[in-house]
Amino acid sequence: MTDTATRALPVAAPAGTRRRLRGGGPRPGTIAAFLTPFFLPFVLFYLVPVGYALWQSFLVVRRTGGQYGTSYTTFGGFEQYEQVFQNGEFWSSIGRIGLFGIVQVPVMLFVALIIALLLDTPLLKLKAFFRITAFMPYAVPGVIAAIMWSYLYSPQLSPVVDLLQDIGLHPDFLGPGAVLWSAANVSTWLWTGYNMLIMFSALQSIPQELYEAARIDGASNWAIAWRIKVPIIAPSIVLTTVFSIIGTLQLYAEPAVLRQISSNISSTFTPNMLAYAVASGNNYQQAAAISVVIAVITFVLSFGFMRLTSKKAGL
Amino acid sequence: MSNPSLHRESRMSRTAVMALMLVLAVYFLLPIYFLIVAATKPQGELASTNGLVFTHFNLWDNLHTLFTRSDGIFGRWAFNTVIYAVFGAAVGTLISALCGYALAKFRFRGREFLFSVILGGVLVPTTALALPLFLLFSATGLVNTYLAVFLPSIVSPFGVYLARIFANASVPQELLESARLDGAGEFRTFFSVAFKLMTPALVTIFLFQFVAIWNNFFLPMVMLQKESLFPITLGLFEWNGQTARAPLLQMSVITGSLVSIVPVIVVFILLQRFWRTGLAAGSLK
Repeated sequence: MTDTATRALPVAAPAGTRRRLRGGGPRPGTIAAFLTPFFLPFVLFYLVPVGYALWQSFLVVRRTGGQYGTSYTTFGGFEQYEQVFQNGEFWSSIGRIGLFGIVQVPVMLFVALIIALLLDTPLLKLKAFFRITAFMPYAVPGVIAAIMWSYLYSPQLSPVVDLLQDIGLHPDFLGPGAVLWSAANVSTWLWTGYNMLIMFSALQSIPQELYEAARIDGASNWAIAWRIKVPIIAPSIVLTTVFSIIGTLQLYAEPAVLRQISSNISSTFTPNMLAYAVASGNNYQQAAAISVVIAVITFVLSFGFMRLTSKKAGL
Repeated sequence: MSNPSLHRESRMSRTAVMALMLVLAVYFLLPIYFLIVAATKPQGELASTNGLVFTHFNLWDNLHTLFTRSDGIFGRWAFNTVIYAVFGAAVGTLISALCGYALAKFRFRGREFLFSVILGGVLVPTTALALPLFLLFSATGLVNTYLAVFLPSIVSPFGVYLARIFANASVPQELLESARLDGAGEFRTFFSVAFKLMTPALVTIFLFQFVAIWNNFFLPMVMLQKESLFPITLGLFEWNGQTARAPLLQMSVITGSLVSIVPVIVVFILLQRFWRTGLAAGSLK
């Protein structure tokens, strides 16, 4: 939308005609005064750190004369990256987060889509209540959400565990096999409503007349939902998927909180936790390389997913 | 609805839909309800009584303990969180609005390039920035200060993206032209004409950024060692890690969690309208 609208515009006013009354626009100095308050911190706190991390990731710390010699920093080429790719902990954290994402993201977005579609049908009452209920967890910080859920997981305090034991089940939400899914549940609880609201807002902007014809032809609510509504809001679903991929690869707070009550979460459980653990050991160059790899994977997956879906939809 | 079989089908599906939504509502409300119940109990009854049933009402005592523990450090954390979130979001919204407005309304060379750089910024995982920022800030002595958390928080590429969309949609070009004809400078035009028209949009941008800063955990964790500078999230995280050694802290973690989420939830419900416009605009391609 923005692309086609702006491409046709003339780029800059020719020199000497500044301050024409129509179409010339403000002076370059004025434009810069509007842009600088954002771009200065953007460059300093976004672009410079990215560049700095890249630069760091190509450095290594070496020592002269054995273990007790003086250390110095020097250019090491791809040495840090080789170490990242040879690190078993890195691959297991990637594997864990991959498994997490492949299951959690589709489940969460499917539930979000179902709620959005139901809120958009005449079938449901109490819509405002359900909409607010689902969206409320978005107001809860990840750390607090994980603390709340960890009480519901803990065998000593949890009323959920009590209830399940009453019917003869003995769940161990913090066990080695389950803890990843317990973390996934916290993310699902937090973000389903946010994603639902993005999809719901898109549904609300579809003109009602589109459904009238289908209704007259006898199409059920079900058919209207899947054949008409879902294809129209596909761009929103793509957007929520991309945001979810980015969020999954950054996962830190939730597993870090669960680690406080479960020995089955290591300090290198997710790639981000690994980067932090490595940085805490003062190996900043290695941590920078890990951060760069995470960022590159994020970019490749989000752009890849957008390309893939836009080709498929013929957009 | 004259067809009886259709009527029956719709009543069945109404019931099924309601049942499904009720189950989901229980899921979304359960942790919050549990937290409310737990925060009203005396510490001794946390483990010994059913977690979903109110027992002795001890909330005021719990709050008193929470706010007096370690010389009232929790109040300090709450204050810090408000400072980070309110000022960070206010400054962030203003600079996003200026930039988004300029990108929408001024014509200049390199405009599309700048906008794509900002869009790229939306996709940058912010946690990947925290570690290099820490190194840069420690070289400049900013680590362990308010600014270490505040400065990176004011930058929101998503805010600029929204501001540009909203400026395009809500500020007519003719209005700007006539303000210019009247001899108003660009800044005056922005603050007296555009700002008013964009106000609902700016509230949306403010809210998004406010929540993002309020919920932020990784950046303050990397930047701060001094407890007196912590936001609530980091403070409660530290306390939660000590409950194994100091079980009495548990009650304060629970009460503190409740205290920290209630104001935001209330603001949320009151300002719902703005969320929906913001999310709708954000999902436009």
